[in-house]
Amino acid sequence: MHPALAGIVTIIVGVGGCIGYFYFSNLFIDKILFPAKGPNISRNINRANMIRPWLFLFPALFALGLYLAYPVFATFWLSLTDRDAGGAFVGFDNYSQMMTEPKFWEAIRNNMLWLIVVPAMSTAFGLLAAQLTDRITWGNFAKSLIFMPMAISFVGASVIWKLIYDTRPEGQDQIGVLNAIWLYFGGEPQTWLTITPWNNFLLMLVLIWIQTGFAMVILSAALRGVPEDTVEAAIIDGANPFQIFFKIKIPQIMGTIVVVWTTITIVVLKVFDIVLAMTNGQWETQVLANYMYDKLFRAFDWGVGSASAMIIMLLVSPILVWNVYNARKEMR
Amino acid sequence: MAGLNLSSVKKAYGEVEVLHGIDLNIEEGEFIVFVGPSGCGKSTLLRMIAGLETITGGTLEIGGQMVNDVPPAQRGIAMVFQSYALYPHMTVYDNMAFGMRIARESKEEIHRRVSSAAEILQLTPYLDRLPKALSGGQRQRVAIGRAICRDPKVFLFDEPLSNLDAALRVATRIEIAKLKESMPETTMIYVTHDQVEAMTLADRIVVLSAGYIEQVGSPLELYRHPRNIFVAQFIGSPSMNIIPVNIETAGEETAIRFDDGHSATVPIGTPAHAAGSKAQFGVRPEDLRIAQNGAWLFEGEVSIVESLGEVTLLYVDGGNAEEPIIAKIPGIHDIKAGDTLRFDADPDVLHLFNEDGLAYQG
Repeated sequence: MHPALAGIVTIIVGVGGCIGYFYFSNLFIDKILFPAKGPNISRNINRANMIRPWLFLFPALFALGLYLAYPVFATFWLSLTDRDAGGAFVGFDNYSQMMTEPKFWEAIRNNMLWLIVVPAMSTAFGLLAAQLTDRITWGNFAKSLIFMPMAISFVGASVIWKLIYDTRPEGQDQIGVLNAIWLYFGGEPQTWLTITPWNNFLLMLVLIWIQTGFAMVILSAALRGVPEDTVEAAIIDGANPFQIFFKIKIPQIMGTIVVVWTTITIVVLKVFDIVLAMTNGQWETQVLANYMYDKLFRAFDWGVGSASAMIIMLLVSPILVWNVYNARKEMR
Repeated sequence: MAGLNLSSVKKAYGEVEVLHGIDLNIEEGEFIVFVGPSGCGKSTLLRMIAGLETITGGTLEIGGQMVNDVPPAQRGIAMVFQSYALYPHMTVYDNMAFGMRIARESKEEIHRRVSSAAEILQLTPYLDRLPKALSGGQRQRVAIGRAICRDPKVFLFDEPLSNLDAALRVATRIEIAKLKESMPETTMIYVTHDQVEAMTLADRIVVLSAGYIEQVGSPLELYRHPRNIFVAQFIGSPSMNIIPVNIETAGEETAIRFDDGHSATVPIGTPAHAAGSKAQFGVRPEDLRIAQNGAWLFEGEVSIVESLGEVTLLYVDGGNAEEPIIAKIPGIHDIKAGDTLRFDADPDVLHLFNEDGLAYQG
């Protein structure tokens, strides 16, 4: 079949199927299951109305369950089995095996480092940028520039930064910006991404560069929401600009800061692309998501791979809950 | 404690000048009220005194010192904002203590001043609460308390009552009057568009319009001797009736002729050259009486009668005035719409303005 035709047929079948589902299931419940007639008419109507929302929600619940909930349980199950033993149940062996691997602990340690540095720096820089661009005429232009990295994919950003950190053998012309600056100040060319532990921070810089724009946009809106007269009252009370910023403005946008912070934290816990594209976890830069990918798709060890996926989920969940809780509080 | 001296104070936003040279002398301990319609510049003027707006021309002196470029905190002022402007993340105590903490006062001194301010304003039970747990009236009292704690030489109020409901507004107004009594040496400047607040609180009222001072004077002075039609109509409710007339003969007493041909004599002096010119005759609704017999000022047909019990408001078409003439007659009267009535008034309370709206002083 011609692909365009196939597309059209798919659309017709898909949309038609949806409409058909709602129409016929509604008909079924009203006419056959609980008909609005006979001796039990009022009871039937009540029951039909009780079931109807669930009937209509069912496709969405089913699809969400299939694509979101089922994988969690499947992954958990996989993490308890062993590929070499033909998929036999091995209990928590995969987890204990993982615990003995230095690479896993390296990934945990690096993840913790990412978790502290990236949200803190992104939020701090975002806040700084939001405050500094607030009152100047070209503030919106500056904001667009700072926000722009948000539009670049993590892999794209990694490639850009890899060029910045690039190193050529001695004797050749260096093309990396960082080495160019380094040489200008009289240093020797460095292979930046292999220098532990600083290479970790060089990777983090990429994510900070991306996330600062996000933090800035949200915090800038929050700062504008701070009532101007509380600032004026503080001016009359004798507060200097720093005191106004830290004692009047920041406390009033604390809720938003927490939301921004936790949102970035969740991004960080899932960080994968940057490490994969830049170092692939070499030179002690491994992180959990890349460790999982290594196990699952390179070593084809689905047991340990799934176990590390469960660990990531366990770490993300509480932060996610807190994030949603704070975001809802902010909206009220 | 300090008085203020403003000389040709101007404010311009770029090309647009909104205050055109304000000259005003405020004595120490005075209660001054700025009134005027929206957009007349009264809030801007107050904010310039506070230091929240820059002064683009002229000089402002507080306590004999020029303060044009002195930051707000060092001008010895405190301000109460229309929207209270409490710090929402601080308790009542911290709200009041904030300024003193910035100024690095000792803990004991902070505690003493906050406690005494809370005592005066009956806020002691609420010191640990956040502003959001307070009612509107309590929030306004905290804002006043925060100002008291600054121990200011000049107290600034920017429409402090406009966010309160009617009953609370009266109660808080009385509290502010009491506050002034307890701080006789503190100068207070109060901005409002509510003339009842202006009349009841002020030692002197400053009427502003379109960036100019129209008149400065005590409440009753403005009521009795408005300098022009704007002030005459702004002070008093309902507004003063203005009826176009012609001056027949000028002199110690002036003979005026209404457009319907009726003439009357008012004991207001006019210069000789005024004879034959057009003029505006003004009389307050509450000064009008129903003429019994004999002399009368004008007659007209009653179009609406509003009986409020204590007074009866009559809306009268007559005298060729643009608006219906309003008469406020004490008590209850058996008057119906459509009745034709003659009105007169005590000769001492009449007003006469020239064509430019300036009063002939009688």
